Amino acid sequence: MEIKKNRISTIQNINTMAYRNLLKTLHNPDHLMDVLIQPVMFMILFGYLFGGAIAGGVHAYLPIIVPGILIQTILSAASGSGTQIKEDMETGIFDRFKTLPIAHIAPLAGQLLADILRLVLAIIASLTTGYLMGWRPNVAFGWIVVIILITVFTGWAISWIYAFIGLMAKSATMVESISLMTMLLLSFLSNAFIPINTLPKFLRIIANLNPMTHVITAIRQILATGTFSNTAWIVLISDLAIVLIFASLTVWAYNRQN
Amino acid sequence: MQNNIAINVEHLSKTFNNQKVVDDVSFTVKKGEVFGLLGPNGAGKTTILRMITTLLKPTTGNITIFDHDIKKDSKLARSTFGVTGQYAAVDEDITAKENLLIFSRLNGLSKKEAQIRTKELLKEFSLEKSADKSIKEFSGGMRRRLDLAISLITRPEIIFLDEPTTGLDPRTRTQMWDTIRNLVKHGSTVFLTTQYLEEADTLADRIAVIDHGKLIRIGTPDKLKHEIGESKMSLKIIKNIDILPAAKILQNALNSKPQIINNTITTRFKTTEQIIDGLSQLSTDKINVSNLTIQEPSLDDVFMALTIGKN
Repeated sequence: MEIKKNRISTIQNINTMAYRNLLKTLHNPDHLMDVLIQPVMFMILFGYLFGGAIAGGVHAYLPIIVPGILIQTILSAASGSGTQIKEDMETGIFDRFKTLPIAHIAPLAGQLLADILRLVLAIIASLTTGYLMGWRPNVAFGWIVVIILITVFTGWAISWIYAFIGLMAKSATMVESISLMTMLLLSFLSNAFIPINTLPKFLRIIANLNPMTHVITAIRQILATGTFSNTAWIVLISDLAIVLIFASLTVWAYNRQN
Repeated sequence: MQNNIAINVEHLSKTFNNQKVVDDVSFTVKKGEVFGLLGPNGAGKTTILRMITTLLKPTTGNITIFDHDIKKDSKLARSTFGVTGQYAAVDEDITAKENLLIFSRLNGLSKKEAQIRTKELLKEFSLEKSADKSIKEFSGGMRRRLDLAISLITRPEIIFLDEPTTGLDPRTRTQMWDTIRNLVKHGSTVFLTTQYLEEADTLADRIAVIDHGKLIRIGTPDKLKHEIGESKMSLKIIKNIDILPAAKILQNALNSKPQIINNTITTRFKTTEQIIDGLSQLSTDKINVSNLTIQEPSLDDVFMALTIGKN
C-alpha cells in the first residue's frame, strides 16, 4: 500500500506542533508549576508583607500589586519557551523535525502557539488570587478582558525574545539562568511593587527606561479610568514591533545551522 | 540521468572553523541497495549523513536524491526519506503512540490514516504493549525500534540510519538487523553509517570506507576484503624433523614466506589452487600434518589497513 502524501498546510503543521507541546504539558504538569504557583505565592507574600508599609494596607496595595504580579508572571511564563526550545534542540528532536517535509517555522510557531495557553493560565491564576484577597477593580468587566488580552499579547511578544535566546544559548541551563535574571531585574527594577518616586535618582531613571514599567502603567490606567490610554497604544505597537523583529530573528537562528 | 540511482553525491566538502571535516567525497547509492558508510569515530560519517538529509549545508558540492537537488527542491527531497539519528530522537515526554500519531500528521497523513498507520507500526515493531507508556520507561532497544518506526511512517523510499545499533546489546542488535533486512526486501534503499565492521559486512551491499573526511575505498565487502585483506593458511606438522622441509615446500607452492611458531606453520596465500598444490606435495613427501585452518580476510583487516582514526 502506498501512503498518500497529502499536501498539508503550514497552519495544520503548526497546530500539530502546538498539540505536541500541550501533550508534553499534560504528561508533565510540573511544567505548569511556575505559572500556577508562583503568581499565587508572590501575590500573597508581597501583598501581606509590603501592603501595610507601601500603601497603608493590603486592600489599598492590591491595585498596585495586581498588575505588577501579572507582568512578573508573564515574564516567567514567556521565558519558559526559551528553555523548552533549547531542550528540544538538545534532545535532537528538532533535527528530526527539520528532516520532515514541513515548513521550517512550524516547530517554533507550534511552541509559541502552545505558550499562549501557559500565559492565559498564568494570568487567570494571578487575577483570581488578587480577587480572593479583596481586589475589586472599579471598571466594567470588558476592561478586564482588555487587560487580559494586552497582557497575553505582551507575554507572547516576550516569548519570541526568549525563543531567540533559547536558540542562541549554549545550553538549557544557561537559558534558565538568563530567564531568571531578566525576570528578576525587569520586574523589581520597575513600578511593579513600589511607587517609582521613592527610588534614588539613578534607579528612577532605570525604572523609567524599563519597558515593563510602561506596560504596568498602561494596565493600571485602564483599570483605574476605564479608558484606553496612549500608553496602552504604545505598548501594543511595541509588542507588534517585537514580534516582527524577533520572529524573523528566531527563524534566522533556527535555520542558521544549515 | 539513470533512474536506478537513489542518491548522488558529487565533490562534497564541509569545513568547520577552517578544518576540513569532509573532503571532496563523491559516490552514488543505487535504488534498493544497502549502502554502508564505514569509518572510525570522528571520520566524518555523521557529517556526510547530515548534509545528505538537509540538516547541514555543504561547503561545496552537489547532492541529489531521486534527481531532486536538495538545495533547490529541499522539501521534495525530504519527502522521499526517513532519518533515524544516532541518539534516538524521539519525544521523551509523550507516549510511543502519541509520537507516532504526531509524526504521522506532520508527514501529511490525515487523522484517520495516522491512526491506522500508528496501529500498524506499533504491531510491526512489537510496541503494542508499551504504546501508552512514557518513553522515559523505554529500554534502549525499544527506543531504537520506535525511532525506526517513526522514520518508516510514510514508507519512505530511502531510509537513513545513523549508527543504528550503537549501544545495543547483541540480541537487540540482531533484531535490528533483521528489521533492516526486511525493509530492503520490501524495496527500500538503506543508507547506514556504522563503526562496526560486522554490521557493515552482514548488512551492506556496498561499503564506502571513510577516514579523516576522505573517501578511501568503495566496493562490495568481498571486493574490499580481497583487495586489501589477505587469506592465511596454517597447519601443524606432527614430526619435528619435517618442519623445515615442509616450510620450504609451502614457501614454493604458496609463493610466500612462512612463519614458524613451534610446530605450526602459517603462510599467506592468494588462490585455493596454491593450497591444494602445497598439500599434495606434502603428502607425496609423506609429511603428516594436522589442524589445518584457513583464515579468510576479514573487514577488520580492511579497516585497520585503511584507516588511522583520530588517535
